[in-house]
Amino acid sequence: MYQTTYHRPSSIDEAVSLFGKSSEAKFLAGGQTLLPVMKQRLAGPSDVIDLGKIKELQGVELSGDVLTIKAGTTYFDIMQNADVNKAIPAIAYLTSVLGDPAVRYRGTIGGSIANNDPAADYPAALLALGATVKTNKRSISAEDFFQGLFTTALEDGEIITAVSFPVPAKAGYEKMRHPASRFALTAVFVAQTKSGEIRVAATGASQSGVMRVGAIEAALKANWSPSALDNVSIPASGLLADIHGTAEYRANLIKVMAQRAVAAAG
Amino acid sequence: MGVEGIGARVVRKEDKRFITGKGRYVDDIKLQGMTHAHFIRSPHAHAKVKKIDSSAALKMPGVVAVLTGQEIVDDKVGNLICGWAITSKDGSPMKMGAWPAMAPETVRFVGQAVAVVIADSKNLARDAAEAVVVDYEELPAVADIHAAIKAGAPQLHPEAPGNQVYDWVIGDEGATDAAFAKAANVVKLDVTNNRLAPNAMEPRAAIADYDAAEEHFTLYTTSQNPHVARLVLSAFYNIAPEHKLRVIAPDVGGGFGSKIFIYPEEMVALWASKKVGRPVKWTGDRTEAFLTDAHGRDHVTHAEMAFDANNKITGLKVKTYANFGAYMSLFSSSVPTYLYATLLSGQYNIPAIHAEVVGVYTNTTPVDAYRGAGRPEASYLIERLMETAARQLKVDPAQLRRTNFITQFPHQTPVIMAYDTGDFNASLDAAMKAIDYAGFAARKAKAKADGKLRGIGVSCYIEACGIAPSKAVGSLGAGVGLWESAEVRVNPVGTIEILTGSHSHGQGHETTFCQLVADRLGVPISQVSIVHGDTDKVQFGMGTYGSRSAAVGLTAILKAMEKMESKAKKIAAHALEASEGDIVIENGEFKVAGTDKAIAFPMVALAAYTAHNLPDGMEPGLKESAFYDPSNFTFPAGAYICELEVDPGTGKTSFVNFVAADDFGRLINPMIVEGQVHGGLAQGIGQALLEHAIYDANGQPVTASFMDYSMPRADDLPSFNLSHTTTLCPGNPLGIKGCGEAGAIGASAAVINAITDAIGKNNLEMPATPDRVWRTIHAA
Repeated sequence: MYQTTYHRPSSIDEAVSLFGKSSEAKFLAGGQTLLPVMKQRLAGPSDVIDLGKIKELQGVELSGDVLTIKAGTTYFDIMQNADVNKAIPAIAYLTSVLGDPAVRYRGTIGGSIANNDPAADYPAALLALGATVKTNKRSISAEDFFQGLFTTALEDGEIITAVSFPVPAKAGYEKMRHPASRFALTAVFVAQTKSGEIRVAATGASQSGVMRVGAIEAALKANWSPSALDNVSIPASGLLADIHGTAEYRANLIKVMAQRAVAAAG
Repeated sequence: MGVEGIGARVVRKEDKRFITGKGRYVDDIKLQGMTHAHFIRSPHAHAKVKKIDSSAALKMPGVVAVLTGQEIVDDKVGNLICGWAITSKDGSPMKMGAWPAMAPETVRFVGQAVAVVIADSKNLARDAAEAVVVDYEELPAVADIHAAIKAGAPQLHPEAPGNQVYDWVIGDEGATDAAFAKAANVVKLDVTNNRLAPNAMEPRAAIADYDAAEEHFTLYTTSQNPHVARLVLSAFYNIAPEHKLRVIAPDVGGGFGSKIFIYPEEMVALWASKKVGRPVKWTGDRTEAFLTDAHGRDHVTHAEMAFDANNKITGLKVKTYANFGAYMSLFSSSVPTYLYATLLSGQYNIPAIHAEVVGVYTNTTPVDAYRGAGRPEASYLIERLMETAARQLKVDPAQLRRTNFITQFPHQTPVIMAYDTGDFNASLDAAMKAIDYAGFAARKAKAKADGKLRGIGVSCYIEACGIAPSKAVGSLGAGVGLWESAEVRVNPVGTIEILTGSHSHGQGHETTFCQLVADRLGVPISQVSIVHGDTDKVQFGMGTYGSRSAAVGLTAILKAMEKMESKAKKIAAHALEASEGDIVIENGEFKVAGTDKAIAFPMVALAAYTAHNLPDGMEPGLKESAFYDPSNFTFPAGAYICELEVDPGTGKTSFVNFVAADDFGRLINPMIVEGQVHGGLAQGIGQALLEHAIYDANGQPVTASFMDYSMPRADDLPSFNLSHTTTLCPGNPLGIKGCGEAGAIGASAAVINAITDAIGKNNLEMPATPDRVWRTIHAA
C-alpha cells in the first residue's frame, strides 16, 4: 500500500469538505474493493475519507410502498433487517448470497453501487426494481445511474446517501456464483411492480455491465411463469467471455436464472 | 492401545498454539537490524534482460542495496539443481538449461526474479523496486505443451533442442504390442491432467542471518525438509559448508510438496545477508506464491488398454507429455517418470505395460511434486480408462475392476513396483456397501423425474509411499537416500524428547509421534516432546513428503526406542536384582514379570544419569538414535465412490454422497488420519471441479489470484463418509502404509467418472466447471 492520509468524518458535510481539500481523495465505504486494490498498489489515493462513522448513512426505513436503505448499511444488517425481509425478501436473499460472511459484515450497498462492478449483485436489484439513488446533491434513477463497467453518474465528490426501492408485487433473484470470486457469473433479478410492469435485470453477463433483458420482460409480461421463457433465446453477442464462462454459457444462464427467479418470486 | 497409545483418537497437542494464534512462523521472527527484500520480477514470459538501472532506487530513503542476477552469478552462487537424473530412451542424459537464482540475461517465465531490493522496511523496498528500471527485449514465448514441441516453436534453452528435456520409456514394448495384436477389444482415451497451484495457507518466507565473526549463516525458512535444504545449499549453491549453515524450519503452514524445494529466494537472502552485513527477510505474498511456488500436474496423455474376450486386461500403452515449465525444479524429473509410470498397473493384473514420457520446457512457472506427485496422474488415467472400458464393453464398472483385481501378494507389476499386500475387493465392497451401490439405479430414476442427471463414479487407487529403499532409488537416479533418523533423549527425571528428521507442517507429528512413546512405555504424552525442524538440534533427516513420516520416520523412532528400552531394562534388572529377560514395561513401570517388583520409569532414567548403581561396564545416560531405511515402498490403496447430480440447465455439479474406503495399514491416530483424508479429498475434488492454473498463449498467467483461481471451499464439498479396510504393511514393524496423499490421488477420477456417467458422455476434461459440463451436455 502507498502512503495515504486517513480521515474519519462524522457528517456528510464534513466528508464533502475534506474531499474538496485534498488532491486525489477516495471515499471509503466498506472497503471490500478499495482496500484490496490499494494493498496491491493499483490505487494510491492521497487521502482516504472513511464514511463508516457517519450516522446519517446508516439504517433502513419502510414508509408505505417505499423501502429506503441508507448507503452505509452493511450487507449483514440489510440481510437481517425485518423491514427488508417483509417488504422485499428478494433483496434479503440477494444479500445472503453476496460474498462470504466477512464481506457481508463490512461491505455496504452504497459502496457496491458506487463501484458498479459488472458482476456485482446490487446493481441488478436496483435496475429491476426501478430504484432511485439518493445523493447529497440529487436523486438519480437506476437507469441513469449505472453507465457501464465501473462507471456511474456520480460526480467527483458526490456521496450516495440512500437507495429507495418501490415495493414490488413480486420479485426474485437467482445467481450462478463465480466459482472463484463468488461474484455473479451471471445473475438475474425479476420484478413485477404493483402497477403490473415487468422489469428484469441481469448482472455478470454483459460487457457493458448490468442490463435490462427486454426479451424476457416481454415474455413474462405475456405470461408470468418460468415456462413462458422456454422458447426465449438470448443472443450471446455483447456478453462477457472468460475462463469461467463462454458468452453462449452466459446467454443460457440469463434465461435459466430468470426462470428460476420467477419461480422463486412466486 | 491405551487412551493415548497407537490407535487412540488423541486431540492434537500442537493445536493449542495454532488456534490461539501463538504459532511461530518465519514471518513472526524479527531479528535485530533486520532488512527486508523485495524481488523485481519479470512481467514477460520470455525476454532478454538488456539493462537494469537502479541509480534512482539507491537514492531513496532506507534502501540498503539493489542486487542483480549478474552479481549473484559473478559471486559464483551455484545454479539451481535437479536432484534426480533421468536417462532418455536413446541413452542420453536429460537435457537441462541453467537456472540462476536471479536471471542475469534471460527470463523464461512471468515472475522470475531479475534483481532484489534490500531496504529497512518491506514498504520502502517495494517503493524502491518501482524506481528500478529494467530494460527487457521481449522474445516469443510458448506456454502450451503441444505448441512447445511443434517445429518452429520458440526455444527456451539451447541445451534442450525442441524444448525436450527427455524422452523416457518404461516396460516391455514388444510384449505390449503383442498383447494389442491379439486383443479382443481396445479402449482408447486422451486425457489432460490440469495444472494446479499448490496454495499452502502460509506463503513461502525466509530470513537469512550472516554472522561475520563466525562466518556462519542461519536460515529460517518455510521448508518441509530443512536438512536437505542445508545439504543442497552447501553442496551445490556454495553458500557455506554445512557446519557453518544452520537451517531452521519453525511452524510451517502447509506445504503439499511446494515447500520441499530450495527456491531462489532463500539463496538470494543468504547471499544478500552476507553482502549487506545485516539479516535479510523475505515473505512472499499470494501473487508471488501463484507465480513462483512450483506448480503441480500438467500432463497430456494418450492411452490405450487391451482386453481379451473375457474382459481381462492384457496390455496398456501410454504416451504422456509432461510440462516442466521454464526450469527443472529440484525433483521435477522424477514426478512424471518414477513416481507416475511405475503406478500405471493400478490395482490390476496387467501382463504388459509400455509407457513413454516426454518432458517439455515451456515459458511457465516450474512444475514439481504436488500432493501425490505423479501418482494422482497415474491413478486418474487408469481409473478413467477402466470407466471408459466398462462403458465400451457394456459391463458394470465395479465388476470390470473385480475381474482384473490383483488378489495374490506379493505381486510384481511390469513397471518396477512389487506390491507387498492389499485387499482390493475388501475396500471396493466397503465403498459399495457404504454408498448403496445396488440402489443407485432407482435413485437415478427418481432424480431424472426431478429434472436432475444423477451419476455414480468409482475410483480404485493405489499409490506407492515412503519412497525407498535408498539403494533402489539411487539406482534409478535419485540424488539422495530416503531413510529417516531419530533420536530418543530421556531426561534424568524421565521426560522424553524425540528428535526426528521428519518435519511437521500440519500433519500432527507432535501428537502421533508421542502416541508411539505412550504406547510403548505407558507414560502420558504430556511427558514427551517432539523436536524437529532445526539442523542444530536434529543431526540429519530427509523431511516430510510422499506420505513417508509415519511409515519411515516413526519407524526410525521405534528403532531408537527399542535401543533405549533395551538399555533401560538392563538398568531396571540391575536395580531389581532380576534377569533382564524378565523385565516387562507396563504403565510407566519396569516390572519383573509375574511379581510385584517394579521400578518407575523416571527412577530408571535417574539411575542412568546418577550412574551410582549401573551394571558393570555400562555407560551413563539414556539416549539412543537410529537410522531406518525401509526395504520397500508402502502401498496404500482404496476405493472411492462418488454419487452426484448435474443440473442440466447450468451444468453445475452437486454432491449426493462421497464414500472413501482406504487401506492405510495401521492407524496411529484415526482422527488425524480422517483429517488427512478430508484435506486430500478436498484437493482431489478441487482438481476435478475447480482448480486450474491457466496461461494465455503468450505465457501470461490468467489465474494469479483467488479472484480467478478457484480454491475449493467448505461449501463446494460434501460431508465425507470414510471407512478403513486394513491389511498391515509387512515392510515395517508397525504395519503402517501412509495416508497423506490418498485423497488427492483417488478423488478426481471418482468425480469425473460420476459426472460423465450422469451426462452420458465420456469425454470431459478437468476441471469440470459448470460451463464445460453444460457445453458437453449440449454438444452435438
